[in-house]
Amino acid sequence: MTDTDIKYLLPGIPDLHKINVYEKEGGYGALKKALGMKPDDVIEEVKKSNLRGRGGACFPAGLKWSFMPKNSEKPKYLCVNADEGEPGTFKDREIIEHNPHALIEGTLIASYAMGVTTAYVYIRGEYVKWMKILEAAIEEAYDKKYIGKNIAGSKYSVDMYVHRGAGAYICGEESSLMNSLEGERGYPRVKPPFPAQYGLWGCPTTINNVETLANVPVIINNGADWYIKIGVEKHPGTLLYGVSGHVNNPGVFELPTGVLLTDLIYKYGGGVRSGKKLKAVIPGGSSTPILRGDSIEGVRMDADSLMEAGSSIGTGGVIVMDEDTDIPDIIERISRFYHHESCGQCTPCREGTGWMEKIIKRINRGEGKLKDLDVLLDVANNIEGNTICALGDAAAWPVQSAIKRFRDEFEAKIDVEKTAAA
Amino acid sequence: MLNEARREQLDKIIKRYPKKQAALLPALYLVQEQAGYISKEAMQYIADYLEIPYGHVLGVVTFYTMFYDKPIGRHHIQVCTNVSCRLLGSEPLVSHIGKQCSIKPGETSEDGRFTLSEVECLGSCGTAPMMQVNDDYHENLTVEKVDALLESMK
Repeated sequence: MTDTDIKYLLPGIPDLHKINVYEKEGGYGALKKALGMKPDDVIEEVKKSNLRGRGGACFPAGLKWSFMPKNSEKPKYLCVNADEGEPGTFKDREIIEHNPHALIEGTLIASYAMGVTTAYVYIRGEYVKWMKILEAAIEEAYDKKYIGKNIAGSKYSVDMYVHRGAGAYICGEESSLMNSLEGERGYPRVKPPFPAQYGLWGCPTTINNVETLANVPVIINNGADWYIKIGVEKHPGTLLYGVSGHVNNPGVFELPTGVLLTDLIYKYGGGVRSGKKLKAVIPGGSSTPILRGDSIEGVRMDADSLMEAGSSIGTGGVIVMDEDTDIPDIIERISRFYHHESCGQCTPCREGTGWMEKIIKRINRGEGKLKDLDVLLDVANNIEGNTICALGDAAAWPVQSAIKRFRDEFEAKIDVEKTAAA
Repeated sequence: MLNEARREQLDKIIKRYPKKQAALLPALYLVQEQAGYISKEAMQYIADYLEIPYGHVLGVVTFYTMFYDKPIGRHHIQVCTNVSCRLLGSEPLVSHIGKQCSIKPGETSEDGRFTLSEVECLGSCGTAPMMQVNDDYHENLTVEKVDALLESMK
């Protein structure tokens, strides 16, 4: 099914952020329906829907929920990950701005399904405007008794709060997010134990991305069988694709999974600026491997198709680069980012990200040596898989993929004759 | 250290968590909102208030880029220079702003009016290039737009 008219996250209804409008559109109906179901049946429905996480890892949401212990003496928590920080990603703020109650409703349904007593929305510190919008929406939902004691007349009670981050990219990593919420430095934790066993304050915890949770109300309302038909069956639903860079019409587009990458760039993104040719695309946020512009014909935006193409769907943040783009310069910028954001806990990442930045900088200055590319790959390969969290991998992939696919551009900056002897 | 209204706010926030320490980031924001930055004395005050060691508070303040342990300019100009913004000209914008305010990234103007920072992705890639001044986002920037903004901040 390629029904591009299905838009439930950003339906474009005026004033949908107001609870009265949201209710008029059927909002909070899914919550009431869910409260009439057994919690396990809610989880089962989400499992059946194949809803996969929208934060980058594509982990099946229902399965994640099912990891939460049924009988726990400790309180259980849900963290909503609104730390949107992956360069090229600007979608969750759209949900919060235009459809915050879908996020709140999804959060409440998830909380009920897992028996959560408190849900915290961890929002990036810079999103002050969106934090205020969300807090206002939560207050409305408290007033209408959708949050708080005995929500919507049921026996179930839950609280929901917004917690503001303070500018660390790493806090989008789920275990780092929990540490940050506890008032610690944002260091990722070693897994296992996984959050469902030992999360916030040592209690069972689940962390879901904003967009993931905002998908939940339509699944409960329309059923898993309806949902699974949107887009690609193994990775269904709509996605909020963020298209940025050298395109005529950048922005966030809600479309089914599996849309053609070329359609995103040319049809929705309006094509490459100034009639230039496409050189490269980063398809899912800065950490996802860079693709050559001449290799994206037929590539679809879903987990499997992008993996086959040698990249990843990530957050669906598509960064478009025209023929004039200096790829080693862009990779230096990406490496600087991961170096800056490395928390410093694991040696391969702390040291390796710094070395990668330095070496690429040297190449860009025209002082590179022929063997630098091999050293770069060696450093990247030694970071990948050798760190507590995925930031190390995220730093390695752009470098590895750029050298593989744009090696000529790096080599062109290296004076081969001068450095061969060195 | 915190005025009464902010102290009440903090007390309310503390109740949201099973442990007081979780209110550390919110508490630091309250201090910073009131004083413009977080002094050593303020860190000690927050440490005592939340019953955690001073060293812990210091460690947290220095970990997060949005907490300032020194006074900064009244207008904190933060230009995103990450990929999407860089592709659309954030570098020339940084130099332009630096020239207009006679400061380099990382510096504060002598009159204490401006601090200029290059920052990482602010989640505005579709409206690049962009910058944040204090709490506000300014998107789809051009030199003219920036000049008008700077003028309004004088």
